[in-house]
This record gives sequence, structure tokens and C-alpha cells, in this order.
Amino acid sequence: MAEHKQSFITKYIFSTDHKMIGRQFLWFGLFWLFWGGLQAMLIRWQLAFSGQAVPIVGKLLWPASDGIITPDIYNQIFTMHGTIMIFWAITPLLTGAFGNFCIPLQIGAPDMAFPKLNMLSFWTFFLSGVVLFISHFLPDGPASAGWTSYPPLSTPVGGIPGQGQTLWVLSLTLMGTAVLMGAINYVTTVIRYRAPGMGYFKMPLTVWGMWLSAMLNALFVPIIAAGLVFLLLENVFGTQFFVAGNKATIEGGDPLLYQHVFWIFGHPEVYILILPVWGIVSDLLSTFSRKPAFGYKVTATCMCIITGLSGIVWGHHMYTTGMSPLLGKAFMFLTLLISIPSSIFFLNWLGTMWRGALRFTVPMLFTMSVVFVFGLGGLTGLYLATVTSDIYLHDSMFVVGHFHYTLAASVLMASFAAIYYWFPKMFGRKLNSLLGKIHFWLTFVSLNVVFFNMMALGYAGQHRRLFDPYVFDFIKPLQPMNFKITMWAFLLGVAQVLLVINIIWTLLKGKKASKNPWEAGTLEWTLDYPIPHGNFKETPTVYTGPHEYSNPLLKDRDWISQSEPLEGAS
Amino acid sequence: MSQTMAVKNDPFGSASTGKLGMWLFIIIDGLSFGGLLIGGVALRAGGAFWPEPGQVLNIPLTAFNTFLLICTSFTMVMALNAVQKDDQKGLIKNLILTILGGFIFLSIQGYEYYHFIAGSEHLAEKLSHAGIANATNFIPSTSIYAASFYIVTCFHGLHVLSGVIFIACVLAAAMQGHYSSQNYDKVEILGLFWHFVDLVWILVFTVVYLI
Repeated sequence: MAEHKQSFITKYIFSTDHKMIGRQFLWFGLFWLFWGGLQAMLIRWQLAFSGQAVPIVGKLLWPASDGIITPDIYNQIFTMHGTIMIFWAITPLLTGAFGNFCIPLQIGAPDMAFPKLNMLSFWTFFLSGVVLFISHFLPDGPASAGWTSYPPLSTPVGGIPGQGQTLWVLSLTLMGTAVLMGAINYVTTVIRYRAPGMGYFKMPLTVWGMWLSAMLNALFVPIIAAGLVFLLLENVFGTQFFVAGNKATIEGGDPLLYQHVFWIFGHPEVYILILPVWGIVSDLLSTFSRKPAFGYKVTATCMCIITGLSGIVWGHHMYTTGMSPLLGKAFMFLTLLISIPSSIFFLNWLGTMWRGALRFTVPMLFTMSVVFVFGLGGLTGLYLATVTSDIYLHDSMFVVGHFHYTLAASVLMASFAAIYYWFPKMFGRKLNSLLGKIHFWLTFVSLNVVFFNMMALGYAGQHRRLFDPYVFDFIKPLQPMNFKITMWAFLLGVAQVLLVINIIWTLLKGKKASKNPWEAGTLEWTLDYPIPHGNFKETPTVYTGPHEYSNPLLKDRDWISQSEPLEGAS
Repeated sequence: MSQTMAVKNDPFGSASTGKLGMWLFIIIDGLSFGGLLIGGVALRAGGAFWPEPGQVLNIPLTAFNTFLLICTSFTMVMALNAVQKDDQKGLIKNLILTILGGFIFLSIQGYEYYHFIAGSEHLAEKLSHAGIANATNFIPSTSIYAASFYIVTCFHGLHVLSGVIFIACVLAAAMQGHYSSQNYDKVEILGLFWHFVDLVWILVFTVVYLI
């Protein structure tokens, strides 16, 4: 395909090239990751130094209170931290950036099925970010009803004053629209645009993860969209769908309806975020263990089963809402069922590494850490899935720790793995490995200290979202532990500067990467950087699976590209 | 970049890329409607006040509207049939008829809204008879029932509007002779969307007006 001339605007801004859109999503996600990360630091400041002015930035941000975090501000910060990290940081990073970049390249396609829709998806996403960003500067501040925005806190009747909630709903609706455009694109592309020979069971597991995650998006984002429309009308037109109050004695509005709608989407959402991680981890483990992914088909099948199950377990977020015990048990049973396929592919990961020739590159270190933190996150999930223990642990810091182990730790570490791994193909240069390793160890250790201790806090009884936990006598002894977590959290935050330095330095002066620096077999590594618009000069024909490493039939090297026939194979 | 490179014997058959995308969109959209409709139904089942069918909403008028929309589905099928036989005049004629039907549908809905929002003594009487006291007009904040009515019908109305715009775009291309018996994928995709909008209306009509 001939390279056609493009102006600056069509090449870098309103581009329809999936690789450029992927890069745009990467910068967009990294910006919000930074923003949400700062908010995490502020939350930790408050929990360790309750009532003291925030140094440096405090007076700038809140001159009215002399830089002290007030209860209102605290509510806004943790609401925005959750919202931003889930919807504007890790969604663009994994699904947006690497979904866009990897899917067409790894299945041998020239681009996404609907390139213009893809562009529209990014810019709608961008617009949603702008709306959310603006909401920070409202006179009453942004939304502050928690990232779940339960009514009545999120409704005008008995809720929090200000237009922050309205903008929150608007931006989330826009974000959902963008995600849906992406989902249509991803699903269609994988079904229609695979290169000849690329059967479903020859796709890299990354593509499997992205594909299944897009399907979940397509099925469940519309549900939250309906809920958000309800919430928007509550805030704008004064309807009372979710208000159980004086008027409700005649009307019968129901706050639980929102919780159901939210979690029908909300639970699949965590799988939307984690499915790409599972795919990336499976692929990277195989590449750096120089072994085929253990039980490839089983892993893919397990991911499909979990995709199915994830839609019918939302009730486990609502055990304490007075749900019928029978219903609670049913949800518990279904939720615990998920641990079976999860354990199977977890074992497959270990099987992939078992007796492999492990190469401890930076992406491999991050990938292996995902195996560790996801294991911990998954195991602690069992306590929250079980009704009896959840009643005690519900809404405690244990939930925060568990959630951060699965999402903040697993998804973030996998995002870093993906950044280090695909950077040479995205930008033509390899990130510095020594800096990367320091970044890894600082992140890995501090992240574990922070989140593990959070679980201990929750077990000891500290509730989440408390502005000043130490007004309760029984939490007072936990202050030193909170202080320790805060210190480690600051280290975790500072460690990320290394990644920023690494990226900037590499983009400016980094070593040019060879075509296939990791000696991987998937199709994107057969292309020279920069990959032209339209990707492949000739549509590749796929002969082998994605992980043919150390095949005994290979002579002078231990890997083979998917587009090369394996000599001597029957 | 319209070439399709799927593997042979694809289990998803030979639907074109655009058609597959539209089917996915229809699934997504159907679920959105499902969310909105079920939201109202759940509140009603939970004991929210709900008037008897026909006490507030004008069933005969909307029944006519429903009939009209089903007729436009028919003209849409005729348009596809025409282009498959290379009958350019038939294609244009039927697309215009479909637009006209959609437009009348929207007008009647607009009349219905106007009647409710402007309010009248007759409406106030009707509302108090239905059990909504002290209301002179029928707007989203009147009751949950009203809000559910507006949320679903308005969402559907926006779909009809986008459908009309979509048909207008296809009509403009059809007038320039873009479609033929060899190339009618766009018309078929448009048909999918339009039939979906009709089908959903039948559900909306049933749930909001008749039950």
C-alpha cells in the first residue's frame, strides 16, 4: 500500500490510523494516570496528617481553607481518584492504547474495520475528559458521591450541592459512547479482518483478551448508560427515580435500582479492565520463558467462561443492602464459580514459566509481578464473595486493598509491562533497561506494602472513605500503620517519575531498536519501524501459532514468526 | 480499506463488515432500551404509582403512529427490493416515503409532547381522574410515571430522528446513482437500523402505553 501524503493535522491529530490513535490514547491515559495519582497522594496525606495543610500545592489548590483538606474536598478527591483511574486512566491505557495498537497488527490487518469511527471514539473520549477536567473548577467542586455515585448522595434531593454530579454523569456518558464505538470496532475487526490462516485459536491471547473485553463493553456499557440517563434527569429535570423519601411514600422511587443498574455494569467492568491484562500476561510470559503458552486453548476458553459468568454476579456488591438470603447465596455461588476458570489459567501461567528459559527483561519482571499481585488480589476476592465474611469486610479498607491489588496493581503493572514491551514498535526506540528495573523494584515493593497494609487496616475495622478515621477510638491505634502506608505511597508516586524520565529520554536520545528486539513470534514484530499507514505491504499468511518458541524443528534460533511456515512440521 | 480478509469457513458467515458493525450496534442499542424500559418496569413492580392504561396517554393516536411506523418498515423493504432489481426510481420513491413516514411520526409525537407540556384544564381533569392531583401539565418531574414515559419515548424519538437523517444521507447518494443491484450494502444496513427502530417502538408502545 502506497504511503499517501498527509498534512500535520490528519497525521497527528485527526488521524484514522489505528497506530496513531493508539499513541494518542497512550498519552491521554498517562496524563490522567498522573492526575489520578496526585489525588491518591492527597488522600494518603489526609489519612496520615489529618487536619494539617498540604505542603507546596495546598495553598494553591484551596486558598479558602489555607491548604487544609476539608471533608468536602476529601470527598471530591476520593471520588475523582476512583472515577479517573478506572475510566480515564486504565481504560485508555490498556483497551485504548494497546487495543488499538495491537489488534490490527497482531491479526495481520491493514487497520481497524471502521477507521473513522475509531477516530471519533478517541475524540469523544477526549471530550469526555475535557468535561471531567472542567468539573474540577466548578465553584462547588467536582462530584463527591464516590466513584459509584450512589443516590441519594448523587441526586439533588438530599444530595451534595453543586453541578459536579451533573458534569460527572455527562462525562461518563460521553466516555461510555466512546468505549462503545471502540467495542464495535474491535469486535468487528477481529471477526472480519484476520489474515488468511489466522484462525481464532491462532490469535495471540492479547487479542483474545481485548476481543472479549470489547464484547463485555458492548453488552454492559449500555446498561450503565441507561442508569446514567436516569441520574442525569434526576439532576437536571428533577425526576425522582432513585429517591426514597417523603415524596416516595406515594411515588416509590428506589435507590437500590441505581445500585443494581450500576453493578450490572460495574462488575463486568472490572473484567473489561482485567481481560486485556490476562491476555498480555499470557503472551509475555510465553515470549520471555521461550516456551509455548501452557494450555493456550484452555486459557482462551477459561477467559470466555469468565466473560460469560461476569455478567451474572453483580449482586455480590450488594450483600449488605438487605437482599434476600437465597439471592445472596445464589450470587455467592456464581461468584465463587469464577475462581475455577481463574485458577485454571493462573496455573497455566505457572505452567508456562515452569522449566522455561526465563529472560528477566523489564517487561518480564512487570509481567511476573502481575502473576503475584493478581494471585493475591484473586485470593482476597474470595473473602468478599462469601456472604458471611463480606458482611464484616464490606466497605472497609479491605475492599480498597483487594480492589487495588486486582486493578491498581495487576492492571497498572500489566500496563507498564505493555509500555516497556511495545515501546520499540510504537516509537522505534527501546526504553532504558536499568532505569526500567529500578522503576520496577521501587514500584513493586512499595505497591505491595501499601495495598497489603490496607487490607490489614480493613481487617482491623477501618472503614473506607472516612475523612478523619481517628475520631473513632478503635481506629486510633491504626494511625502509625496509616502513616507507614502514606510514606510508602509517596515512594510509589515518586518512583513513577523514573518512567516519565525514561520515556522522555528514550524518545529524545534512546537507542534505536531492532525489528524484533524481544525475539517474539507475533505478527507486529515482522514490520519495520515506522510502520506505514496500512501496515503490511502484503497481507501475511499465517502458518504457526503465536507462541512457537523453542520448537525442536527450529534450527538456528528458538523462535518463528507466525507468518513463516515451520519446516518439517506435518 | 474495504477489503475483507476473513479466514475461509468463518463461523460468522459472509456478512459484510458494515453489516456486522450495525448488528453489534443494534445489540448495544437494544440493551440501552432494555435498561430504560426495565428501569421503569422495576419501579412500577416496586410499588410506584402508575395510572391505568389510557387514563393519561392517548392510545388511539399513538396506535395510529405505530401503524404508520410499521408502514415505513414496509416502504423500507420495498426500497431495498427496488435497488436489488436496479430500479432507481423505486428506490428513491420508497426512501422518500419512509422519510415522510418518519417525519409524520415525529410530528405526532411532538404534538403529544406539546399537549402534555403546555397543559390544559382538560388535561388537569384527566390527570386528577388518573390519580395525579394538583397537576395542570404532565412533565418529567410530575411523577415517576411521567419521567419513565418521557425518558423512553424521547430516547426512541431521537432514534427516529437519526434514522430520518440517515435515510436522507442515503437518499442523497441514491439520487446521484450510487447504488445498484451490485452495490446496495448501505441500503441494507440502513434497513437494519430502521427496522430495529420500528421493532423497539412496538415494545415501547406495549410497555409504556398498553400495559
